Amino acid sequence: MTTTTNEKKTLVEVKHLVKYFPVRAGLLQRTVAHVQAVDDVSFNIKEGETVGMVGESGCGKTTIGRTMLRLVEPTSGEVIVDGKDVFKMRAPQLKEMRRNMQIIFQDPYASLDPRMPIGESVMEGLNIHKMGTKQERYELMLKTLKKVGLEEYHSRRYPHEFSGGQRQRIGIARALALQPKFIVCDEPVSALDVSIQSQVLNILKDLQKEFGLTYLFIAHNLSVVEHISDRVAVMYLGKMVELATREDLYREPLHPYTRALMSAIPIPDPSIKRERIILKGDVPSPLNPPKGCRFHTRCPIAVSQCSQEEPQFKEVKPNHWVACWLAE
Amino acid sequence: MSKEKLLRIENLTLHFNTQKGPVQAVDGVFFELGHKEAVVVLGESGCGKSSLAKALLRLLPRNVSRYDGKVYLEGTEIMGMDDETYRRNVRWIRMSLVPQAAMNSLNPVLKVGDQVAEPMVVHHGVKKEEALVQAAKMFQHVGVPVDFLDRYAFELSGGMRQRVAIAMALVTAPGLVVLDEPTSALDVLTQANIFNVLKRLKHELEVSFILITHDIATSSELADSVAVMYAGQIVETSDARSFFKEPLHPYSRMLMASVPRLRANIEPEFITGQPPSLLHPPTGCRFADRCPKRFSKCSEEPPVFNVESKQVKCWLYES
Repeated sequence: MTTTTNEKKTLVEVKHLVKYFPVRAGLLQRTVAHVQAVDDVSFNIKEGETVGMVGESGCGKTTIGRTMLRLVEPTSGEVIVDGKDVFKMRAPQLKEMRRNMQIIFQDPYASLDPRMPIGESVMEGLNIHKMGTKQERYELMLKTLKKVGLEEYHSRRYPHEFSGGQRQRIGIARALALQPKFIVCDEPVSALDVSIQSQVLNILKDLQKEFGLTYLFIAHNLSVVEHISDRVAVMYLGKMVELATREDLYREPLHPYTRALMSAIPIPDPSIKRERIILKGDVPSPLNPPKGCRFHTRCPIAVSQCSQEEPQFKEVKPNHWVACWLAE
Repeated sequence: MSKEKLLRIENLTLHFNTQKGPVQAVDGVFFELGHKEAVVVLGESGCGKSSLAKALLRLLPRNVSRYDGKVYLEGTEIMGMDDETYRRNVRWIRMSLVPQAAMNSLNPVLKVGDQVAEPMVVHHGVKKEEALVQAAKMFQHVGVPVDFLDRYAFELSGGMRQRVAIAMALVTAPGLVVLDEPTSALDVLTQANIFNVLKRLKHELEVSFILITHDIATSSELADSVAVMYAGQIVETSDARSFFKEPLHPYSRMLMASVPRLRANIEPEFITGQPPSLLHPPTGCRFADRCPKRFSKCSEEPPVFNVESKQVKCWLYES
């Protein structure tokens, strides 16, 4: 997979993306601090590729996905999709661009309008972009629903009549209807039972093959990410700490945080005994992240340099990027 | 059964009244649990797992239409007790609960130390100072710094709040703790930490656990035995070792196959369809509609068959 992706064209390029959320307080609502949700993150995604993004809650995964589509305005940085800078676009261009970039939301119970039949929901994007005639839009909607395994009679039903897995498939259909090139999947299976998770994952994979889609797949479950991704990025407290091909990352994780994450994954077999890396304490507050390497407060192998200087995100091996002083 | 088990549940049933008719949330549940053991109750959402926890601790809502069966705790039948006897002798004395979303179940306006001490004051009638000493001891057991006693729930992270909820369930030294989805809202690293705490507590405090969860992979860390629940019924009970190696019931098999595994090139599978409504569960085997191995007999309800030391509710194991 590494060799083929190298030849492919880069579809999405993220350069030095920064997002600080202001914290306001007091009568005048003055900004008293900033939550450093995403701090200087750069990576790219090639055409037809799936990049998985993992990390604990609050590490900025979702914020990256949302700023990339400009659902949240960035503080600074660039996101270049198909050669155009998304952050420099004005409303009409952005609307045009959004046809190519869609998102599947985390919670299928909250992301569909409860008062809209799901067919209408799926058609909404088509109507906004005035694609084809009314009849064509209706047919396209039915075709999209079929792709995710739903039938015509389903289109007149309301979200509450569907199970979680079906709702997530409706969410996929909604993103797919506009025939985008790039889809941000924000924890698409974490709200679902295991017994149907793989059904949704399989649909995502099949659609990728059929339409040549490019995914940014955000999740906290490392085993799920392994099944769908070509490359995997690991986030910690607003920083990207490691990025590598799936094979390399799971075979030889280089960052101590990635190693701890890997060792925490449960294996459903009690006969396997493993050495576990237990991290002390909690993730520090992104309001006031530690100086130097942000992970040094919990790192089992930290040296004095780690608390002083921030490690650069470097390519230590071909296609294997790490931000750690000890990995060089 | 030569040795007295800690807990034996026979035919436990809990039905709710709704406008649409009775919901058979727990229907003839059975399993056993020994001292210092952990049993995992596995199942998908809506299969009655949490109702089972409520039925065991008798934390019932008002719309209960049927609540019967037999539960033997250290040999004494507890279902026949009246509510006051139950409250005085069982709940939080011999059996306690870590509720689902325990992180959000703490009182936001009370210090966590006071909350952990409260069961001691209420159930054992000790003075508050003594209870706080006990609470501090429990904090050490679950790995919360003792100076957190004076903090409020919102000052604690998710993992710490979960530990506090566990401390609250353990403070009166019950022999059995029911954990309802203790880690499902937490990150992998925190999950691993909590499970290490539970494993240690099992040895240190000689307590037994009923772990109710849908997370098969995580539960395997703690389990000594497994009970699989489907549509309100137990379809398989087994010891953990042979269950995780090779489950018997077709539902358990498909559930195991749906777990994505690390560094394995096996594609996870999925179960088509969804669990039946507990309002009008199908007659016959409740899994039959989704079962790849169904045959003519499945339209009748299967009894429970014994296969070696395991029990399976499936016609395939009729001998």
